[in-house]
Amino acid sequence: MLIKRPFDLTDNDVTDYALYQRRRDFLKTLGGIALIGASGFPLSATAKSAFSTDEEQTPFDDITTYNNFYEFGTDKSDPARYASMMKTSPWSVTVGGECAKPGKLALEDILKPHSKEERIYRLRCVEGWSMVIPWLGFPLADLLKRFEPTSKAKYVSFETLVDPKQMPGQARNVLDWPYAEGLRMDEAMHPLSFMATGLYGKDLLNQNGAPLRLVVPWKYGFKSIKSIVKISFVEEQPDTSWGRSAPGEYGFYSNVNPEVDHPRWSQRRERRIGEFRKRETLMFNGYAEQVASLYSGMDLRKNY
Amino acid sequence: MCAQFPVQIREPYFTKIFKPVVFALALLPLALLGLGVWQDTLGANPIETITRSLGEWTLRFLLLTLLLSTLRRATGWVQGIRLRRMLGLFAFFYGVLHLLSYLWLDQFFDWAEIWYDIVERPFITVGMLAFVLMTPLALTSFKAAIRKLGRHWQRLHTLIYPLTVLGVLHFWWLADSKARTEVPLIYAVLLAVLLGERLWRWFVPRFNKIPVTR
Repeated sequence: MLIKRPFDLTDNDVTDYALYQRRRDFLKTLGGIALIGASGFPLSATAKSAFSTDEEQTPFDDITTYNNFYEFGTDKSDPARYASMMKTSPWSVTVGGECAKPGKLALEDILKPHSKEERIYRLRCVEGWSMVIPWLGFPLADLLKRFEPTSKAKYVSFETLVDPKQMPGQARNVLDWPYAEGLRMDEAMHPLSFMATGLYGKDLLNQNGAPLRLVVPWKYGFKSIKSIVKISFVEEQPDTSWGRSAPGEYGFYSNVNPEVDHPRWSQRRERRIGEFRKRETLMFNGYAEQVASLYSGMDLRKNY
Repeated sequence: MCAQFPVQIREPYFTKIFKPVVFALALLPLALLGLGVWQDTLGANPIETITRSLGEWTLRFLLLTLLLSTLRRATGWVQGIRLRRMLGLFAFFYGVLHLLSYLWLDQFFDWAEIWYDIVERPFITVGMLAFVLMTPLALTSFKAAIRKLGRHWQRLHTLIYPLTVLGVLHFWWLADSKARTEVPLIYAVLLAVLLGERLWRWFVPRFNKIPVTR
């Protein structure tokens, strides 16, 4: 026979107070796991990269509303407003030039062989502001190797989509469309160079360069070309959009360098978005240890 | 020119209502910025938003100040001239706030960096120069100064022309290359029209004397 008796100990009595105070953390963790699950992204892949910074990350809202993406307008709020006009599915990338396996690949085929990882990188804009962004993606080198670049491939160039119907900013000639960027082959093959497909555990929003963008954290942000449709291996240093627009201001290398000023402003300090006081800008955006050797013997004042 | 423009505002309505309303409207941009700070709606880089907004309002008030005498000549609306000092002082007011926002919010009184900026960055150099030129105009805007300086006052206050040109140049040179000069271009065109009208009168004196038939 079952005799119901009230327990003389309540949950209160058996729960350590410190643990009780953290009761909401459990929910947060649970929520976090649910979020990661919802993103369709395997948990194991978010393993922390040795290249990631542990600095405080810039809020998602700031990363997705404060953008330079002139294809959608020159105001920083324009991309968030108009980028939904861009259709990112279907998407394909044409790979060509000095390589053994050129071709036009559907986005799915570009992504298939690569497992995604998270890289928390500093991003320094040439205008003097910076963010810390948790990107998702894979190393650029892993992608480029698949096309088997030949010995003639000294540089790799990238192009963004051109379609004024999807990108209203392209109706005006503020830059030479398509937006074009490039890297020296050794820069492109460097383990820090990254192809991003997402941030904060989700797919990239269009204003951040969906579905596929470059991230080169030791260079000014404009080198990290967005919404890529073309990759070419070339022998000569390729032209870049900003280089064509103002050759005296935006060089091919455009490495973050506090010692070399932009002609119209100092690059010695930067405002980290969300912070009040400016902070010192670091050589190669703080990645000198990893990348300084790429430029040994080069005059960085000339090769700005 | 028609001496009596149809929409002259009768006294005491001009002094008691119209002028105070313009005054209140002129404070509105500042109030909206304050509200933006309070409600955190100024975007990811509020300091940039504040500095730029204050700078643009400085230019707008300078152009409005220049517009009043053009308007008088073009339409015969003489009353506008009585707003000129107030709008000119608002230009200075927003100019001071713009400068403060740069010195304090942006540079946090890092004088070495500020000096470097003034000497090395042409756009800061011309902006500072414009502010320096604006200061004596604000300081001599009260009645006693006008009386005391007499005809020198008039000459001193022609500084508004070069300083507004410098202000627009300051805005123009801030923009990246050719990509972002569209808005500064609007200011440049408006200023060109306002200065062009003055040059026109100066070069074609008979334009002043022969009554315009409408």
